[in-house]
Amino acid sequence: MTRDRANPRSGGRLMDMVPHLILMLGVLIFAFPIYVTVIGSTWDAATIGRGNLPLTPGGEMLNNYASAWSESQGNRVMHTPVRIMMWNSLVMALVIALGKIAISIISAYAVAFFRFPLRMVFFWMIFITLMLPVEVRIIPTYEVVANLGLIDSYAGLTIPLIASATATLLFRQFFLTIPDELVEAAKIDGAGALRFFVDVVLPLSRTNIAALFVILFIYGWNQYLWPLLITNSAEMETVVIGITKMIGNGEAATDWNLIMATTVLAMLPPVAVVVLMQRWFVKGLVDSEK
Amino acid sequence: MATVDLNRVRKSYGAVEAIKGIDIGVADGEFLVLLGPSGCGKSTLLRMVAGLESITGGEIAIGGRVVNGLEPKDRDIAMVFQNYALYPHMSVFDNMAYGLKIRGLPKAEIQARVAKAAEILELGRFLDRRPSQLSGGQRQRVAMGRAIVREPAAFLFDEPLSNLDAKLRTQMRVEIKRLQDRLGITSLYVTHDQVEAMTLADRILVMNHGVAEQVGTPLEVYQRPASLFVAGFIGSPPMNVLDARFDAAGQGVALPGGTAFLLPRPRPDMAGRPIKLGVRPEHLAVTSGDGPLIVTVDLVEALGADTVVYGRLPDGEGMVVRVAGLPFCREGETLRVGAPPDALHLFDAETGRRLAD
Repeated sequence: MTRDRANPRSGGRLMDMVPHLILMLGVLIFAFPIYVTVIGSTWDAATIGRGNLPLTPGGEMLNNYASAWSESQGNRVMHTPVRIMMWNSLVMALVIALGKIAISIISAYAVAFFRFPLRMVFFWMIFITLMLPVEVRIIPTYEVVANLGLIDSYAGLTIPLIASATATLLFRQFFLTIPDELVEAAKIDGAGALRFFVDVVLPLSRTNIAALFVILFIYGWNQYLWPLLITNSAEMETVVIGITKMIGNGEAATDWNLIMATTVLAMLPPVAVVVLMQRWFVKGLVDSEK
Repeated sequence: MATVDLNRVRKSYGAVEAIKGIDIGVADGEFLVLLGPSGCGKSTLLRMVAGLESITGGEIAIGGRVVNGLEPKDRDIAMVFQNYALYPHMSVFDNMAYGLKIRGLPKAEIQARVAKAAEILELGRFLDRRPSQLSGGQRQRVAMGRAIVREPAAFLFDEPLSNLDAKLRTQMRVEIKRLQDRLGITSLYVTHDQVEAMTLADRILVMNHGVAEQVGTPLEVYQRPASLFVAGFIGSPPMNVLDARFDAAGQGVALPGGTAFLLPRPRPDMAGRPIKLGVRPEHLAVTSGDGPLIVTVDLVEALGADTVVYGRLPDGEGMVVRVAGLPFCREGETLRVGAPPDALHLFDAETGRRLAD
């Protein structure tokens, strides 16, 4: 690129356009399915069902969203109202995100700042769980949760997902960048471990907490397998589960228009979180100045 | 306002002994500089006084109270760190006030103390700023302000000027000296910079390999270095050290090439014994023809006020001569150089300790 800039007349403009074209192509590939979803949510079920969905908005938008939002009876298939599912998803995503942050920041604080016997053993135990995806331990976890009577409850939905090695590691790495002298200055100032945590470590971690919150909220919102196992009643369904259940299974046709509307609604909270917290998120990822 | 007493203080990391028994009493209001090369244990010693390192053996007392088992916050000390260690998310005011808040001082008192420190350090305009919005020198002042507001029994400085550029360092050095004179608080100051040590200290403790090589006023340390190590460490360029031997009567010493120096006080007891002869570059004088040393000039450094001449004796030994004024000779020339008898330092050839004179 520098060579092009040094000699702009030898096709420099063209060379600048190539990356833009590639980026635009990428955006199109990403955005087109979403566009189709949004358009689909504005047509009636019959139009979509015929298989040739127009690429321009239809007139059924308000009807579709209203019925997806609050009615449990579509034209063809039963479904849980989206407002209930969205609420469930929101509770799950928030509890998981905040719970993960709370647990992992405390354990990272212990691992990074304290010298205690078996410190590295504990650290490695946390580290190793990174290699165990949820799916591997899902049967025993289900057994435990079922025995505790937590099926169909928010507790059962969230608690097993709260422990987070990733967040613990991220916080630990960040804590290791806090200079020893700062810890020592606080010691001389008379700040105990808890005081130092609240007065110094937490404020310094703000941007990291924000960045993690964005990532973990989306992680929680998009959970599929675990809620699928743990929720039985319609009242506990999350929106990701709900969408798949709305797809008809052959006996009845599918209300594609409602599914599209539900999908669009399901996308909004993560988008809102990203947009609202974008500034913090980027700062948390790139900011080295604390 | 207190004394600091170190009584056979030792520190070991496993089998490695970092501090090998340091004894020193720092008087009330005294400015003691711990000076030594990196790794000599000076910072460790300071951190032991602060309570940031445990004490393996011996006793440390501050204001007559043994503090071995006390937490840093209970030792009544304040410390200034090399990298300032300011709380990045707090304003200058909060940085200075934090320790006082923790100790539960009333708000008005905190306000008053911070205001006073800010006035002394000329930080009044910056109280609302964050450390990241300050220059290095200002940050250093905030770090000192944080120490001042505590009104401690002793200040501990751990190379506080090492992160500043040369000009600012000189300026801050003067400020620290003034501040300490004004506040009269007992201070321990760690540095590897001999100029800082010479200018700031009431007394210097020169350390090497965890041992106190010498304790004395800056001029004592300069004029009567207790060992070859001190002689080489204090003074720039360092002292010339030559192998020599007492003559048969102990009246003088002779270099291998035969050049002889008469001693101010004869040492018949040392007759014929080998010796290390030290003479500072600035005490050597270029003479018109009868100087006992013949130096072939290798390199001339013109510093403006001084000229430093690097040369060789006929037997190949290096010799540095520092003379006031502009260059007076060129590479390849030979000079006749002499030294007055009282500028000669004699050290034991084996132990490196200064011979009593």
